[in-house]
Amino acid sequence: MMSRIVYSFLQTSLIIACAPLFVGFIKMLKCWLQNRSAPSVFQRYRDLRKLFHKQTIIAHHASWIFRFAPYLIFSITVLIASAIPLIISPSKTIGFTDVILIAGLFGLSRFFLALAALDIGTSFGGMGASREMTVATLAEPALMIAFFSLAMMASSTRLDVITTYLSAHSLWFNPSMLFVAIAFAMIAVAETGRIPVDNPATHLELTMIHEAMILEYSGRHLALIEWAAQIKLLIYITLFANLFLPFPLINQLSLSAMGLNGGIVIMKLLLLAFVLVLAETHLAKLRLFRVPLLLNMAFLLCLLGLLMHVITN
Amino acid sequence: MGTPNILFRLLEELNNRQLLKADSSIDYCPAVDIEPIHWLAVTHMIQQYQARFAGLWVKELDNAFYVIACFYIEKNYLFVRTALHKKTPLRLPSLSCLYLASSRFERHAHDLFGIEFTGNEDSRRWTRHQAWSANQYPLRKDFPKAGYSTGKTPTDKTYPFLQATGEGVCEVPVGPIHAGIIEPGHFRFQIAGEDILYLEERLGYLHKGIEKTAEGKDISDLIHLASHVSGDCAVSYAWSACMAIESALQITAPDRALFIRAILAERERIANHLWDAAAICNDVGFAFAYYQLGRLRELWLRTNAQLFGHRLLMNCLAISGVQKDYLPESAVQVIRQELKPLEKEVGELERILNSNASLQNRLKTTGILSSDIAQAVGALGYVGKASGIDFDVRRDAPYAPYHQFKIDSPVLSEGDVAARLSIRLKEIVNSLQLIDALLKDLPAGDYQTGWKMPHRATSGIGIVESWRGELLTFVGLDSLGKISRYFPRDPSWFNWLALERLIYHDIVPDFPVCNKSINGSYSGCDL
Repeated sequence: MMSRIVYSFLQTSLIIACAPLFVGFIKMLKCWLQNRSAPSVFQRYRDLRKLFHKQTIIAHHASWIFRFAPYLIFSITVLIASAIPLIISPSKTIGFTDVILIAGLFGLSRFFLALAALDIGTSFGGMGASREMTVATLAEPALMIAFFSLAMMASSTRLDVITTYLSAHSLWFNPSMLFVAIAFAMIAVAETGRIPVDNPATHLELTMIHEAMILEYSGRHLALIEWAAQIKLLIYITLFANLFLPFPLINQLSLSAMGLNGGIVIMKLLLLAFVLVLAETHLAKLRLFRVPLLLNMAFLLCLLGLLMHVITN
Repeated sequence: MGTPNILFRLLEELNNRQLLKADSSIDYCPAVDIEPIHWLAVTHMIQQYQARFAGLWVKELDNAFYVIACFYIEKNYLFVRTALHKKTPLRLPSLSCLYLASSRFERHAHDLFGIEFTGNEDSRRWTRHQAWSANQYPLRKDFPKAGYSTGKTPTDKTYPFLQATGEGVCEVPVGPIHAGIIEPGHFRFQIAGEDILYLEERLGYLHKGIEKTAEGKDISDLIHLASHVSGDCAVSYAWSACMAIESALQITAPDRALFIRAILAERERIANHLWDAAAICNDVGFAFAYYQLGRLRELWLRTNAQLFGHRLLMNCLAISGVQKDYLPESAVQVIRQELKPLEKEVGELERILNSNASLQNRLKTTGILSSDIAQAVGALGYVGKASGIDFDVRRDAPYAPYHQFKIDSPVLSEGDVAARLSIRLKEIVNSLQLIDALLKDLPAGDYQTGWKMPHRATSGIGIVESWRGELLTFVGLDSLGKISRYFPRDPSWFNWLALERLIYHDIVPDFPVCNKSINGSYSGCDL
């Protein structure tokens, strides 16, 4: 039990600590791909440090929701980070691993972010919240269906059972899995606010989704939200890597096995980062009203995956 | 410039109807003097001849205010002038019922001269924010140049915007301070969901009193001022001011200087088009093109700094020439060496942009400006050219040295953001070829000639094709050779109107890219 707690704690800390590094790495790859010199991979840490040291300014008419939301969002994201498989299978760690709960927690954090955006009453905040909710109403059902497809294969909604089942049966090239994998990637892009759905690098308030909601945040509040967004990206990419890319997670807690598996996971993450960067360089941001089409497509693909599983069994 | 038939017929008709004043003595080319009561009737007749409205300004002289309107009629400019004596009520009928674009010029004239334009549906102040009160008119000669300002200008909170009401309709104020490094301007959206019901611009935040500052300046100081009116248009502004003064003094710059001016103007066009194309791509999240086009522009600007001493080419022009002989053989070589590689790179980038489905999907059908509306507002430059208005001063009302060259001016009919981007890329290539041709024929000789002051009050007009489109400058000189009036009319006076209209069928998140594709000058309009 003790070791499970320790591993669980270590794994979660690793995700939280490495999320800025991972985002910095994506930025670096992107710069290289566009023939320009990149900021250091550690730049995101410096940004966070800067924000934590800055004064936090709060609008006069902000309510408790506005102050409370950053802490809540960060805590929820950390909680989810503790539930997902990184190197060690979740069965060897503590805590909940239910996929429905994970989707629900993401929903809760988004709900509070949108509330906070509405709370201060600026037009950009409202616009961002309304757009975020438009995206969410389509992305969340699609995410649920994606999780359901996996759950039906493994006959469980627990992540540890799902990962164990997928490894044991080597289901990675199953057509049903392929559909779900493509759909999951599309959902992940929408959920984490990357191009082509949202542009995290833009300064144009009128085009923003996620950034528009946090325009009024500053100092440590902003740092927490940004950090949470970075963790969220790493969570989605890790989920994708461990659910849809081959190589099983380990169950034994030996140092050598963990080292080997850690290496494999890192390779998978780097590969996914590269794919993400390729896509982001090649694509322009979608017209806002085309985003629903993308998410409908993801939903249909998930449904197709689900159907295919039902039919072939 | 020979008088073409259509203008001749118009003048004849005006004369037959006895609308022209008997003593029509004006010192710039085709111009008519009329009585104030005929102001609307004459303009109406001019409109019947398919004339385009090209600006309106006021000049104070002795005991009268002269209101001058400019029209473009088939390869010729026509100036219509009327005098309002100070003892009579300063009132003229508004032309806004005939030409949409005249409204803002009239509001500007009202704020600065106190001339009332009756029948203008929009009688709100325009240039005046809170820096001076409603009964002060800064451009009148009796207003002191230092102004009456006492410190900080109060916030302008009381401008009555047009408001939409209804369920789910809300108002979104954007600016005047924006997130990017751009000039200040306020946009007021009335929206329902993401759909834009109405967009209204509120400019004037950059009013610097350029017109007032210019008064009393020496000619050479005016050229210096002109190249700072709108930073990205330094050459065009300076050139049109030079041209206006040269026409007033009846002097001409030597050929070599004219060629150098043209090369400078084309370099300015290329630099700005590169940067605009980059920014359009960036606004839709296509960062690759932003950095590549930005890189090309940066290299181009460095050459500007190396050869002309200034990245944005400020202060390169002088009356009757240029500041110095910028193009010894070595400089010509440097410029030549850059032309082909840039053309090749721009061609390659254009291919990438055109073949990227995601980018094209984003730019095509976004912000469509129909040809009719473009015509109605009098859109100029790339905005007009992308909406089927085939007009380029260099070709249609040519000035030296362009009259010696064949000017290819691209024109498209789609009128969307993609078309405006495409026009820019085509113009870059055309300008590169033009620079090559200019360098081939670059005449030897002086880069400046001497000139004498005429010692009588005179005035002149300069019209050039800036990178944004037709740029017109009016300069008045007093008998001491000092500037008595300076009015540069930026093409953005018209293109800003186009922006308000092309956004109707679009949604809020598409506004930034539409705005960028117009890229109106704030500084050039606020003056």
